[in-house]
Amino acid sequence: MRTFWKIAVYLVLIIGLFVVLAPFVYMLLTSLTGVAYTLPRPDEILSGNLSFDNYLEAWSRNNFQQYFLNSIFVASTTTVFALFFSSMTAYAFARFEFPLKELLFRLFLFTMMVPGVLNIIPQFTVLKSLGLVDTYRGLLLLYVGIGIAGNTFFLRGFFERIPRELDESVIIDGGSKWTIYRRIYLPLSKPALGTLAIFTFSGAWDEFFIALTVMKTEAKRTLPIALQLFQGQHATDWGLVFAASIIAIIPIILIFIIFQKSFVQSSTGEGAIKG
Amino acid sequence: MIGYRQRFAGNLFHNILFTFVSFFIIVCLVDSFIRPEKGVPVLQKKIAKNIRSKSSAYLKRIKARSRLHFKQWWSVLPFLLLGFLAVAVLVVYPLIKGVYMSFFEYNILFPKLSTFIGVENYSRIFHDPKILLALRNTLLYSLVTVPGQWIIGIFIAVLINAQFIKQKILFRTAFYIPVITSWVVVSFLFRYLFADGKYGLINFILYEKLHLLSQPISWLQNEWTALIVIWLLGIWKGVGWVMVIYLAALQSLPRNLYEAAEIDGANAVKMFRHLTLPLLKPTTLFIIINLLIGSFNVFIQVFLITDGGPMGKTEVLLSYMYKQAFKFTDFGYASAISVLMGVLIFLITWTQQKALGKEKIEF
Repeated sequence: MRTFWKIAVYLVLIIGLFVVLAPFVYMLLTSLTGVAYTLPRPDEILSGNLSFDNYLEAWSRNNFQQYFLNSIFVASTTTVFALFFSSMTAYAFARFEFPLKELLFRLFLFTMMVPGVLNIIPQFTVLKSLGLVDTYRGLLLLYVGIGIAGNTFFLRGFFERIPRELDESVIIDGGSKWTIYRRIYLPLSKPALGTLAIFTFSGAWDEFFIALTVMKTEAKRTLPIALQLFQGQHATDWGLVFAASIIAIIPIILIFIIFQKSFVQSSTGEGAIKG
Repeated sequence: MIGYRQRFAGNLFHNILFTFVSFFIIVCLVDSFIRPEKGVPVLQKKIAKNIRSKSSAYLKRIKARSRLHFKQWWSVLPFLLLGFLAVAVLVVYPLIKGVYMSFFEYNILFPKLSTFIGVENYSRIFHDPKILLALRNTLLYSLVTVPGQWIIGIFIAVLINAQFIKQKILFRTAFYIPVITSWVVVSFLFRYLFADGKYGLINFILYEKLHLLSQPISWLQNEWTALIVIWLLGIWKGVGWVMVIYLAALQSLPRNLYEAAEIDGANAVKMFRHLTLPLLKPTTLFIIINLLIGSFNVFIQVFLITDGGPMGKTEVLLSYMYKQAFKFTDFGYASAISVLMGVLIFLITWTQQKALGKEKIEF
């Protein structure tokens, strides 16, 4: 009887695995079939005739490379700036005392509760009056600004667990708060910073709506929007779309597989909000 | 044209500057009257020691306290300034401005020409049949996907957690892949899988191979089948997240309770109902809140799979709001919708937070 249940459980899990992974496999196969029909027939796809034509075409069409580079630029810059600003702010909350500190922190927390998409309209008007629409500065500013509250919350907890004696060791040697920050807190929080970096990078890489709203010039747009462009007004060349999609998700999947543990931790960590 | 832009940029800067200066003044005023709870006791004692006469003692204390506070602000400012500024300008100010905008018929090209219309945007919301439809779709989405993700997620987590499963990491990673894949890509994927005609994969399987249907379904052309596609995507994508959190929580449950239950003759189902579920209550609450908030934010999959179609029947609150703003450039109306949505979500979060706060499980 025992064995029966064991097999049953394994069966259920394997079916689940299939349901979860099969769409990706099908997508991969579609992208590898030749460019024949716009909606490839399942017979064709499963026939095993592989070709990389779609990938070559996707890469060379529609300024795809430009979009890819743009995304790399935006995602990495966002990550660097977000980490920089958030860690400083977190350090301020963790190791300084000043009036209204908790009130301010609660304000930060409050901004986390509001779903990002709701704010996009007034944010757009703010950017517009600052003349930052359709500029990278504007997009980066918005990405970084939105993420600060959450990152600060995450890092503050981490910083507060670092023993204060280490601070004093720097003070004795005549260092300033800045030195403490630079030489103690930053190096010690590498794992937390790494987790945040992964989270920020993939968030910025996949981000769709703010990029769609803020960037108007074709040449400046990012990957998710480029993917949408592959959908024609008439019929869609699915092989092409998925070749492009796979190129777009490969960096993230790679990072995920390599840094698996941190990824999972970051989304179960304190205060992370799904959505 | 340049002068025009400078005039408007100046306007915004003046607004922000005014807000900050008044905020700063209020802060200084307020804390010269508030007794500080924390602060540096040593310094305070020193200050108290230095007070000579009793009549000027109070004034001196206030002065010294303000000096202390000013010093504290001065030393923290370089670290705090940039982050705080960014959040204030890009998140807090838009929140306030959003509410402000909702009372206007907002003119995005010439904001100064916006006409004040009071609560007209709000009353329009209550009379708009499309809003009702969007609300219905959003609520349906929550009602279907939240339990769907939760039930399947916790089920899978419990299964994977079983002792005899050796490939835990493999399963965990695999189920988590949809979670980390971009919404854009999975939206296209599902649109493709559920394509009309007999060559969409789902139709192919159900109609050609399994002969469960009498004809292939036009998934995205009909209201309810389109909604089903969106729901399935939501569940499919979220199950891994629920599973991962439960897996972590399950690892931390004490084994001896289960052994005791086994000795008492409980079977797996009984143990699950009376042991596992109650012990997991805090985790469950956390998950349900996040699933709820996430489900109210349904947007991108609707936008990319059906674009609200057919004929606006699958529109959800956020997609409708976005269209009002960026397609019909009715920013005022869209802002009113966003304000109401914000209030709704805030209320849900608030009530759940109260429930969450009271749960404390000891073992």
